[in-house]
Amino acid sequence: MATTLTETAHTSATDRKGRRLTYLRAIRDAQSEELSNDPNVVMLGEDVETGMFGTSGGLRDEFGPVRVRDTPISELGFCGAAVGMAMTGLRPIVDLTIATFTYVAFDAIVSQAAKSGYMFGAQAKVPVVYRAAMFYGGGDAAHHSDRPYATFMTVPGLKIIVPSSPYDAMGLLKSAVRDDDPVLCFEDKNLWGVRETLPDEEFFVPLGQAAIKREGSDVTIVAIAGAVRLALQAAEKLNGEGISAEVIDPRSLVPLDWPTIFESVAKTGRLVIADPASRTCSAASEIAATVTEELFGQLKHAPVRVTTPDVQIPFSPPLERTLYPDPTRIAEAARRTIR
Amino acid sequence: MTQDDELLTEMYRRMYLIRVFEERAIELQRKGEIPGALHTSLNQEATVVGATLALRHDDYMTGNHRSHGHPIGKGAKVDRLMAELMGKRTGVCQGRGGSMHLADFSVGSLGESGIIASGVPVALGAGISAQVRGTDQVCLTFFGDGASNAGAIHESMNMAAIWKVPVVFFCENNQWAVTTPIAKSTSVVDIAQRASAYGFPGVVVDGQDPVEVFTATTEAVERARRGEGPTLVEAKTYRILEHAEGLPIPSKYREEAEIDVWRLRDPLPAFAKRLTGEGILTEEQVTEIAREVVLEVDAAIDFARSSEFPSADSIFDGLYSNPIIPLARLR
Repeated sequence: MATTLTETAHTSATDRKGRRLTYLRAIRDAQSEELSNDPNVVMLGEDVETGMFGTSGGLRDEFGPVRVRDTPISELGFCGAAVGMAMTGLRPIVDLTIATFTYVAFDAIVSQAAKSGYMFGAQAKVPVVYRAAMFYGGGDAAHHSDRPYATFMTVPGLKIIVPSSPYDAMGLLKSAVRDDDPVLCFEDKNLWGVRETLPDEEFFVPLGQAAIKREGSDVTIVAIAGAVRLALQAAEKLNGEGISAEVIDPRSLVPLDWPTIFESVAKTGRLVIADPASRTCSAASEIAATVTEELFGQLKHAPVRVTTPDVQIPFSPPLERTLYPDPTRIAEAARRTIR
Repeated sequence: MTQDDELLTEMYRRMYLIRVFEERAIELQRKGEIPGALHTSLNQEATVVGATLALRHDDYMTGNHRSHGHPIGKGAKVDRLMAELMGKRTGVCQGRGGSMHLADFSVGSLGESGIIASGVPVALGAGISAQVRGTDQVCLTFFGDGASNAGAIHESMNMAAIWKVPVVFFCENNQWAVTTPIAKSTSVVDIAQRASAYGFPGVVVDGQDPVEVFTATTEAVERARRGEGPTLVEAKTYRILEHAEGLPIPSKYREEAEIDVWRLRDPLPAFAKRLTGEGILTEEQVTEIAREVVLEVDAAIDFARSSEFPSADSIFDGLYSNPIIPLARLR
């Protein structure tokens, strides 16, 4: 899959005129633009020089091996090093490739990246971006399949983006690189091949601004990462049944755009959250709990979470296939809030 | 005074400053004026100052939970350090860090890590940063004998070697990781020996002799600055007191006789004797340095005591650089 998506190198916004870019290509080009924009932006990670999944192809040739650097298999070490780089004037983008590798680097991300700004009394900023692709649904089994964003939502000091389209991947990632705080970018592997025509001009998507992907009046569906397109399919199905669903993509989980969610739920009175991560202490749980606290009197039904059950991801396809939110389950949850 | 004599005098002064700062901090902690656990550098002053004086003002440094001596050695002002220990608003970390996490970026101190070995990769990054930005800065990272067995150090040493990063790995081997002796936890007698596995020099020095520490560290810093890569310096020293003040640590894990041997190797009287013996300082000058240092620490304590605690409404300050408004405040 990876090789077929790898495209030849090119860079600036003008090069993409009229072309439909993949999610992967949008990530690559976002980094390319940021490397061009600021000499303090650097990239490091395993196999970034060859650009294994297509998110850094050609960047080493363009920006040199000092700024685009292959690392040994030392996630803890290079994620910690990125903090030292960030505190002394650089803006590193760390490619962790697969999201489960964040666990190897947990100490560097939590104890150093998240805490150094605050714990040292704001003497330093930590403008680092950690990129990690969430593999799930592809028969990769537990060590390579996870959606760890909720784990990191419990760590104050981190920001978290979950782009669900090529447009958001480019716009959010560019904003993340320019942000002065540590940002985790969780990319959804199931979206790698999704294509979209992007604006000719340079653009940014600010962190903390949700997108209303479809307007509706009966039920609000907040969907995360790869679940956004599934929620849109569910909304289409519901529309045929006379149910008008509003679909919201938070785009960043920290900061989370509460006002947009509250406004929507205040209008519909019903909330479904579609979240590909497992259920306990999920982003879905947090959104459900907060909306319940804030808008209890306006709810017509309890919020419903559509998540993955609390289980490790099994290898065997028939076991794995049914685990994740899908349009059928999301639509059924929406109906439940209305019946 | 020659330049060398001035350096040796400053070396003594900083060692003495750490000594007094630590002794007073222990008193304040026992009185309840300093909250939390306190890990001091008592008896390790020669190691700390020999290493930090080998650095330039704009060089970087990271360290560990035994965090007070490092910034003092690097030239930080003790008033804001003491205020930090008391959790005051005027503290060097605005009362966010405390005893284990001092940092003074104005002197290149990029922060001390309470998580063992966790600050070592950060130092690697500061060194890479100097390379990328084209400066000739060096970063020295302090870690202990206990930390030497942590994976972060292996990864950092390997990366520093392959990229010839201007880093000095400085091991303060004080023989004990809380209650675990080095012989029980570590595969080699000299941690410096491990440098050979990464293909860079490793050197063992007497951590009670500040000049020996300074000379070896200076060589390591110069090598790094020339672009020749890292060095591992291991200073053999000893922790006389418990791992920390204010923690319930069972005694009886080491022999009193072992501690007594090291009590006789207190670096301060030994260095004072050497300086007077070599005619670099007179007895009166040594006494004068002591008097000045005590006044400096007294003033730091006064400053800290008279400073205010951070206000409750400042709790989120510095958490994010472009503040995320917590939901609690949206209400």
